[in-house]
Amino acid sequence: MPDKKIFITGNEAAVLGAIDAGAQVMFGYPITPATEILQGWVAKAELSSAKAEVNTKLQYLQTEDEIAAGFGVLGVVLGGKKAFTASAGPGHILLQDSLAMAENLRLPFVGIMMQRGGPSTGTVNFSQQEVNLAAFGGNGDGLRIVYSASSVSELYELVIQAFNDAWQYRFPAIVLGDGYLGKTRSTVLLKKPNQLISIYPILEEKTDATHLRNCYSSEESFGTVLKKNIADWNKNKSAIAKSETFQTEEAEILIVAHGLVASAAKEAIVKLNLEKIKFGLFRPITLNPLDSTPLKEVATKIKKIFIIESSLNQLSRIVKYELAGLPVEFIEIAKPAEGFTPEEIRKAINDQ
Amino acid sequence: MDNFSPQSWNKNSKPHLFCPGCGHAIALKQLGYALDELGIQQNTALGIDIGCSLLAWDFFNVDTVQTHHGRTTPIMVGYKIAKPQRIALAYMGDGGAYAIGLQSIIHAAFRNNPVTVIVINNENYGMTGGQLSPTTETGVKTTTSPSGKDTKFGPGFKGPELLRQAANEKAFIARASVSNPVQLKNLLIKAIKNQTENNSFSFVEVLSICPINWKTDADQSFQRLKEMEKYYPIGEIK
Repeated sequence: MPDKKIFITGNEAAVLGAIDAGAQVMFGYPITPATEILQGWVAKAELSSAKAEVNTKLQYLQTEDEIAAGFGVLGVVLGGKKAFTASAGPGHILLQDSLAMAENLRLPFVGIMMQRGGPSTGTVNFSQQEVNLAAFGGNGDGLRIVYSASSVSELYELVIQAFNDAWQYRFPAIVLGDGYLGKTRSTVLLKKPNQLISIYPILEEKTDATHLRNCYSSEESFGTVLKKNIADWNKNKSAIAKSETFQTEEAEILIVAHGLVASAAKEAIVKLNLEKIKFGLFRPITLNPLDSTPLKEVATKIKKIFIIESSLNQLSRIVKYELAGLPVEFIEIAKPAEGFTPEEIRKAINDQ
Repeated sequence: MDNFSPQSWNKNSKPHLFCPGCGHAIALKQLGYALDELGIQQNTALGIDIGCSLLAWDFFNVDTVQTHHGRTTPIMVGYKIAKPQRIALAYMGDGGAYAIGLQSIIHAAFRNNPVTVIVINNENYGMTGGQLSPTTETGVKTTTSPSGKDTKFGPGFKGPELLRQAANEKAFIARASVSNPVQLKNLLIKAIKNQTENNSFSFVEVLSICPINWKTDADQSFQRLKEMEKYYPIGEIK
């Protein structure tokens, strides 16, 4: 059957992405603006349970908190099935406990985080303030793959990518969205994956038992494990990293933005480029690792970079670290937990 | 290795790393005999908490994952969802069970998740040097109750009795003691069978001794254990 266009929300796209990625179990705790992912998964599981075989049926558990949700995910992946959770803001904070374990034990945790502003309730619809948390939260070194989706269809694709990368490279993977993206309904043509990554039990069920631990008796023995993890990260990060460039060929000034802010920036650039000075966009699709090769290629040709985000320089710090030493002027436009319209971006740039 | 050790033990990790006289070793020996008797060594996955219990991360020749403090229950709940035909055990101390991980145990019992939780209750946080725990009884001196545990911090916490109120009717809940290894083993077997035969939750608290942090010799340790057994009744609770 050919793929056809459908009219769905971002949260519905995330559910379809998880199903098409071969996920079998979701753990979740209700939280705005990610609740519809849990509801949507439960609805699909109820529909599937009647006809599905035991090995393929969709399962779920609404847990007592996000801590249990995260460790539930780890339990399922140890048993060799794809599992995930979806959360936001304060729930994302509680999930750092399980994420830290996934990072060190190289467990293929997948989380979909629909960012919301501020602590506790704060605002519940939009923010880009969970970039640091996703990439560098926990008491580790940030060996997590973090994607940022800028459209409903891309959210679907990145959820599938997250499962593939998490199981292929054995690093936890987080897909960032936000409440506007989750609740926006748009017409999309979903590109179903041709082939899915194969999976296997991590507690291996061999004659000789598997012993997995995160307690070490010396700094050196733990250091050896970390060195291997870091080496694997460095070896694979260019294969994992993804980005999009837009109108960068003629650009004199570069805008760097991610998620929905990048979508607004793209629209602003179309209008800005009707004038004499030409702008281009670099949109990181993975925030960690950053797709540094194409970024550096563009950045070496220009003199000025605007970094625009709905958080206080969380993206900027990642970008500036990669471009350290280049003779470029950085202008940071930060509006923590507030959105940007294309017109605002155009005005902010013209004001500089 | 002698012939008196359980077959399911990982001989390469012996002698074990628990302190001399530690009650964990007695409990883990009976758990080993229980696994042997049931013949389930190959079909079991063991979750291990943080604290002294982490020293058991390679204690058995059984698939084992050592997890974060208080998180052993939810990880084994998840594992059991993925692997319903295997047996899921969660092993932890009284801090992991009744302080940081209580919420997850109550809900696992309430939902009747088919996992077996084993809690070693020695009335203190042993690995960190003997602090007050929820199960420390009134008046007992620890490093964070140097004048004796004040009643304002609550009396000794009765976990199995609390869980009985919330647990599903098919749950099995018991309390054993390292003073009676045969009864301990039999209760562990009964608990594991409640998982395998009734697809239900089970829970065994094991009263245990901590000579190093209690600052007691062998005789005094078992004297104190006898006192504990008066406050914490032994046997099947549900």
